[in-house]
Amino acid sequence: MKFAIDCRNLRKTYPAKPPVEAVRGLDLQVQYGECFGVLGPNGAGKTTTIEILEGLLPATSGEVWILGRQWGRDNREIRQRIGVSLQETVLSDELTVAETVRLFRSFYPHALTVEQALAQVSLQEKAKSRVNKLSGGQKQRLAVACAIVSDPELLFLDEPTTGLDPTSRREVWEIIRQLRANGRTILLTTHYMDEAQRLCDRVAIFDEGRVIALGTPDELIRSLGGDQVVQFSFAKRQEPHSPVEPPTEILDTMRALPSVSLVENIAEQVRLTCQQLPAVVTALIELLRHHDFVLSDLNTREASLDDVFIHLTGKRLESDAA
Amino acid sequence: MSNQETPHETTPNKKSLAPVPHGTGSLVSDWPIMILVRTRLLEFSRRPAAMFWTYVFPLVMMFILGSAFRSQGESVSQVAIVSGVHAAELNTLLKSSPELAVSIVAPEEGLRMLRAGRLALLIRTSTGDGVLPSSSAHAVEQPWEFVYDPQRAGGRTAELLVQQQLRLSAGAKDSLLFHRVPYSEPGGRYIDFLVPGLIGMVLLGGGLWGVGFAIVDMRIRKLLKRFLATPMRKSDFLLGIVFSRMLFVIPQIAVILLASYLAFSVSNHGPWFDFLFVVLLGGLQFAGVGLLIASRAKTMETMSGLINLVMLPMWTLSGIFFSYENFPEMLHIPIRLLPLTPLLDALRGIMLDGQSMFAFPLEMASILLWTIGTFVIALWNFRWTD
Repeated sequence: MKFAIDCRNLRKTYPAKPPVEAVRGLDLQVQYGECFGVLGPNGAGKTTTIEILEGLLPATSGEVWILGRQWGRDNREIRQRIGVSLQETVLSDELTVAETVRLFRSFYPHALTVEQALAQVSLQEKAKSRVNKLSGGQKQRLAVACAIVSDPELLFLDEPTTGLDPTSRREVWEIIRQLRANGRTILLTTHYMDEAQRLCDRVAIFDEGRVIALGTPDELIRSLGGDQVVQFSFAKRQEPHSPVEPPTEILDTMRALPSVSLVENIAEQVRLTCQQLPAVVTALIELLRHHDFVLSDLNTREASLDDVFIHLTGKRLESDAA
Repeated sequence: MSNQETPHETTPNKKSLAPVPHGTGSLVSDWPIMILVRTRLLEFSRRPAAMFWTYVFPLVMMFILGSAFRSQGESVSQVAIVSGVHAAELNTLLKSSPELAVSIVAPEEGLRMLRAGRLALLIRTSTGDGVLPSSSAHAVEQPWEFVYDPQRAGGRTAELLVQQQLRLSAGAKDSLLFHRVPYSEPGGRYIDFLVPGLIGMVLLGGGLWGVGFAIVDMRIRKLLKRFLATPMRKSDFLLGIVFSRMLFVIPQIAVILLASYLAFSVSNHGPWFDFLFVVLLGGLQFAGVGLLIASRAKTMETMSGLINLVMLPMWTLSGIFFSYENFPEMLHIPIRLLPLTPLLDALRGIMLDGQSMFAFPLEMASILLWTIGTFVIALWNFRWTD
């Protein structure tokens, strides 16, 4: 019983021509009481993995322990101890909020009252409203209420804020923080890097069915070697708004600038990770002028998990980067 | 300004994005309307279910119904003669007409067949107008009574066919004696025949839509999957669906019975317990059929198609609106294998003839088998996740 979730060498292959390997040998350990983020672009295998962990999909191979129990042997016990919010469940429009929670509550031998569950997601005032009268954010909070009504030890939240407006996302974040503070273990999938950065103790970054990075958000960002990112394009002095492919020798010179740890060129965009932002930007402008180029579309910011992902895969995440 | 000086290598991607003009010389196949039509055709042809229901299903129905009505040649009117003096002689006379199917029956049996819609016309010796049957005279000269429900299609036609046949036999003489008896006592009218048919139809539709469609809807909304993630017992869920369906059945049937009683004085002539038992068992049977066809369907298109596939043959063949006795003899066995047919036969036996359900052992066994069979296969085959 060392881990709340422990899965080893997990594989899931869907029969097709050719077979689709959604999960390719995954190892994942989630500690008790932590909020663990599973990050990755669409199609990275996040939902497949989480549904295997939730016991909704059989794995092709590998071992999974949930709260020290195994699917296939202790299904009922595991289901009583976990809470689940799926990516796109459409609850019945005709029921009220309270009726919906009461229905889910009835499946568990021990559960919170309907009022307690609704209070945790701040939906008490909507208790008598029909589901079809709720906003997107309220519906998502209701889905979370259905997941926590059994007061679960382990909670799975699959993309709980996808498609929500910024205010609603923050409301959901607050609920998750509260659950985390109450000692619940949470496994959260998201493709918003900022969400993972704010909420998660540790994150695993998924790509193509594998974990390509694992650690606390700070650790992962520090692995870039700097905490500032400068992003820009090259343009000819005569045409400052038409980016051109940066010459390799200039990129090499940039790598030698003081405090610069990474220089990457992705689709005519240069990303440079460093620690001393003002000095680096000044040096850059000078360097480009010397070669008859100008900086185009310059922006600077603190490094994020998004940059970690780009560094590891050379791809951008579909992120709103709120 | 300095466009000419721009090295060619730096703009290849821009060049490929430059719009190609849709001049007058563009191909007809590139016209928006052509592309739109093509797109619709492609979408349609890549949906096999839609292709099946559009092209194959109407053909299937055409062959079923077409062969049902064709194999008999011309349509034949079912006529019965009540046994008695001259019955056999009349039988021989009428049998020479290819448009009449004639049999000799006992008086009670004749009335029962008339009630069940299995006869268009019942012929019996007249007892009215003081004209007495004579044992010496010819059958043609006898006073006959033609009994049929004027509300029901086919009775009048059968009467005319019989008259025509009698005239032919009597030669030029036009001395036919007959007496028309409209058969419209409660229990024997078309409406009496129709009400049990409607009850069966409601049970059929309720099972397929109320159970089957509802389950597929929940599967599409991923609600089934969400339930699966809880410790809910699968049996609780399925029984909940079926029981709630059964609760809808009772008021539904009560409304039909009450309305038909108030408007047409239709009533149940049999034991109420048997009637209720058969109705509930029928409801359960179609809940099972609904569960079975919903057990794997993943889209509404598939489900609507399956519902049509199951419902249409029963609507047309099982005898909701007219007796399946009108179909050729060889089709009776396959028709009676459909789940709705035995239910309607038993319901009509109870409601119209006042019989008990034990008078229909084969029918009851069929309903029971369909109920158990569909539930077992549905549970074994049921798809919870998508």
